[in-house]
Amino acid sequence: MKISYYPGCTLKNNAKNFEDSTLCSLKHLGVEVEELPRWNCCGTVFSFATDDLIHHVAPIRNLIRVKESDSDKVMTLCAMCYNTLKRANNRVKNDPDSLEKINNFMDREEVEYTGDVKILHLLELLRDEIKFENLAKKVVKPLKNLKVANYYGCLLVRPKEIGFDDLENPVILENLTAVLGAEPIDFPYKTECCSAYQTVDKPEVVAERTYHILTSAQEQGAEVMAVSCPLCAFNLDHRQKDTLRKYPEFKNVPVLYFTQLIALALGCAVEDLRLDLHYVDPKPVLKEKGLI
Amino acid sequence: MRINISRAKIKDDFVAKVEKISGQNLLACYQCGKCSAGCPAVSEMDILPNQIIRYAQLSLKDELLKSKSIWICASCLTCNSRCPKGINIAEVIEAIRLILLRKRQDHLRVEKLTDEQKENLPPIALISSMRKFTS
Ligand code: SF4
Ligand code: SF4
Repeated sequence: MKISYYPGCTLKNNAKNFEDSTLCSLKHLGVEVEELPRWNCCGTVFSFATDDLIHHVAPIRNLIRVKESDSDKVMTLCAMCYNTLKRANNRVKNDPDSLEKINNFMDREEVEYTGDVKILHLLELLRDEIKFENLAKKVVKPLKNLKVANYYGCLLVRPKEIGFDDLENPVILENLTAVLGAEPIDFPYKTECCSAYQTVDKPEVVAERTYHILTSAQEQGAEVMAVSCPLCAFNLDHRQKDTLRKYPEFKNVPVLYFTQLIALALGCAVEDLRLDLHYVDPKPVLKEKGLI
Repeated sequence: MRINISRAKIKDDFVAKVEKISGQNLLACYQCGKCSAGCPAVSEMDILPNQIIRYAQLSLKDELLKSKSIWICASCLTCNSRCPKGINIAEVIEAIRLILLRKRQDHLRVEKLTDEQKENLPPIALISSMRKFTS
């Protein structure tokens, strides 16, 4: 299987652990990943305004790159890129007038976009194309006794038009972590917003939200939290520093990308996990479980 | 807080502008409060999401344009997904922000970010904040 891949900006920076662990895992699963040539930032957030087309140019331009690489399907890992690309695509697919204007704006592009690229999140690829039962067969190091709280945040599940699981009670990550041999933990804050970009000018709001999300998972016995969004990862991991300042009794929780868990279970080298990029060090708990 | 409601105000083009930019029918709201009940940001808000819709129906423009809430909402879409009337509350809030941003009244002052902030924040945080909070 071969798939076009749109990384997005943060996967090449702070979230290199997300990218490296994914590439190693997909290699083990026999998937050939082809990074799109000349991709650009998607803009990270979808513009809601009816009269704002300019902010859809960036995501649509990436979809033109998909067509140029003779593909009509693209995979992303970042929940925000996934949301933005998919919603922009839906907008032009359902509104020929917007599509025409955006194409006219990009009249130096050789491909005239028609709205026909399929945007897939890695989780969908794993569940629907590779299939979890085939993934299970490749597990060489089951994540035995590791209690994982799976955090979805907002943009993987909302709005309904782009989500690939239940809006209020998604379970795809729990099903995945169970396939890897870990023990998924249920907790009430799994789709509660971490405050997203408020982290830039209101870090104290994020620290508070992080406290509630993480302690709720800890109360249910979670030892680590799995995420799929680099902004959630930054807020829930790096902002624990601020959380601790506000709540001295708070106990740190390591936050991992779900792909790092897959990479571990499939036997990737520990270098592919890039555990050096975390604020709260996941190594002690992974060592304790005999996983690294 | 003292609030004045008047027919002249309601006829102001603010209501029409919010409806147009957001693509929402404000009068569809019957004030059930479900949007505010699920909003994770209410503890930081001065006007709650259902109140934002009510204020917008009544064209309480000054109150809305200076409210803290429009900059606390992180467009998490919990309200949208739960509204029994299918109103996209986050879109209404974005429209109110845009009325200010389109007059170049930025909320995020990029020039005031310290080097340390710029260095430590991931690109995804800076770009999304600039997209939502600057013109
Ligand atoms: S949930 Fe919908 S109908 Fe209920 S108060 Fe909010 S906007 Fe109005
Ligand atoms: S989109 Fe904004 S108003 Fe709606 S629930 Fe989220 S933070 Fe609250």
